[in-house]
Amino acid sequence: MAQQAMEGTLEQGRRQMTELRNWAVYVALLPAALIAILAYVGTVIWTVWISFTSSKLVPVNAFAGTMQYQRLFADAKWQISISNLFFYCSIFIVVSLVLGFLLAVALDQRVKAEGAFRTLFLYPQGMSFIVTGLVWQWIMNPTLGLQRVAIDLGFAGVKLDWIIDPDLAILVLVMAGTWQASGLVMALLLAGLRGIDPQLWSAAQLEGVPRWRYYLHIVLPQLKPMLITATILLTLAGVKVYELVIAMTNGGPGMATEVPTKYIMEYLFRRANVGLAMSAATVLLITVSAIVVPYVYVQYFRKPKPRAGA
Amino acid sequence: MSEASTVPMGEGPSGPAPARRGIGRIGLYIFLVGAGLFFALPLYVMIITSLKGMPEIRVGNIFALPQAPSLDAWSKAWSSACTGLNCDGVSVGFWNSVRILIPSVILPIALAAWTGYALSFWKARGAEVIFGILLVGAFIPYQVFLYPMVRAFSSVGLFGTLPGIVLVHTIFGLPILTLMFRNFFIGLPIDLVKAARIDGANFAQIFIFVMLPLAVPIIVVAVIMQATSVWNDFLFGQVFAGPDNLPMTVQLNNVVNSTLGEKEYNVNMAATMITALLPLAVYFLSGRWFVRGIAAGAVKG
Repeated sequence: MAQQAMEGTLEQGRRQMTELRNWAVYVALLPAALIAILAYVGTVIWTVWISFTSSKLVPVNAFAGTMQYQRLFADAKWQISISNLFFYCSIFIVVSLVLGFLLAVALDQRVKAEGAFRTLFLYPQGMSFIVTGLVWQWIMNPTLGLQRVAIDLGFAGVKLDWIIDPDLAILVLVMAGTWQASGLVMALLLAGLRGIDPQLWSAAQLEGVPRWRYYLHIVLPQLKPMLITATILLTLAGVKVYELVIAMTNGGPGMATEVPTKYIMEYLFRRANVGLAMSAATVLLITVSAIVVPYVYVQYFRKPKPRAGA
Repeated sequence: MSEASTVPMGEGPSGPAPARRGIGRIGLYIFLVGAGLFFALPLYVMIITSLKGMPEIRVGNIFALPQAPSLDAWSKAWSSACTGLNCDGVSVGFWNSVRILIPSVILPIALAAWTGYALSFWKARGAEVIFGILLVGAFIPYQVFLYPMVRAFSSVGLFGTLPGIVLVHTIFGLPILTLMFRNFFIGLPIDLVKAARIDGANFAQIFIFVMLPLAVPIIVVAVIMQATSVWNDFLFGQVFAGPDNLPMTVQLNNVVNSTLGEKEYNVNMAATMITALLPLAVYFLSGRWFVRGIAAGAVKG
């Protein structure tokens, strides 16, 4: 769905644009151009430049080579932030994809009350990460939350105090993140499923293909464009994770849920080490650009070619 | 393409026709209901906790219905919950959020509609470059742009002011909104523009009198999307709004995660619920429109 809403490649645009010329369009595009150049390109250049200076409390223009980067990668907190993010993203992406796919397939079986289920799976998308984080924090409260329910039900040995367990706290973040994101995966894949020719299933049935193999070997490959979009959106959402951490754990216990975005914010505004923060931001920029630039190019700027199921 | 984007999830199920009864069918519904409970759980817990008293919360089960439902926690959350030494409730943040919301919805949408129109029908050198920058920018974590923007805003006196936070929402709302409007306008026949030109309408007149009336559906989607994302914003509000304009999400987090005093979970959940009310109301009232909005806005957040 996001895919469809965002489709319409530039090729379509070009066909029309060649036909109309008007000087006014340059004036019209001026505000957007200023924003693109100053607020996006300009800030990025400035951020990258600061990362190569010895700036501390305020930015200074003293070139310092890769000093900030050496400090950054020597910092245990940054290393932990990166490994936490890697762990969070991999589980978050896999679980959201699997759950979203299962929900989409389940909803595509001509079920009753499909609309009600869809509404239920999608409403978390409209919530603030702060709200999501605070509610899950309360549900996972180590004394009054789920843990207490388990004890009341007679499972005294079950440990559900994950949010204060350094090894498991990040899974609570994953749970909240997945709760919020898998509805969107469901919606994307459901739109894809609805584009598949029903005849395929009839043909598969004639061949005696069982249902699970039909979905695994025939449907899944057809959903590839939607799966790619979903994976990229989830990856970007994963890398950006910040508010959820602030609301739920504030990085703790210890450094168990520290993430790079929070690291940057801390060194910018609390620990006043701008150069270090900007080197961390640059690392994040390079990582995300490696995913985004090819995606945006393929999605919007490449000449469209006919695709299955689209 | 515009056809596809108006029908979020296709016409009807295409999956295999179900066997009328059977274990598979029962398993399917067990899975769906189970998943439904998982998704409904936080909303349920939030509501029932906010209706309980603290004594009941201390001894009771988090999933149990309140024995004597009361709105005391709601009124305390609204008017007297504390963040540090301030005890004015989340109402302050609520009104701040409203003041931020209105201009932060109108301004970016007006600019995005205008830019989307310019990008759809007219030829301009460099237009693709601008569009490409905005698209890539929409995906980059905000922390990459934040600090230079703080410096720039401080130097012109916009940092920590209401116009400042509105400008930030305009800048970061622009890419995805422009994309939505551009894709919508490209789906319209170019003959509309040509005919209007023959009738003597100029560039701006075509936009105002021909395009805007046709764009009402996409404006509705854009308003829903932008309003939800501005209301739910935490990061920009925390950095740019300044102490007098802190939005509700920031205040909520301060109330709940404040380390002072005993935790009042019912008040916390009432405050959380009040913050979630606006997006929830929009979602349940607008349904399909909302789905299209979040789908288009999926790259944000």
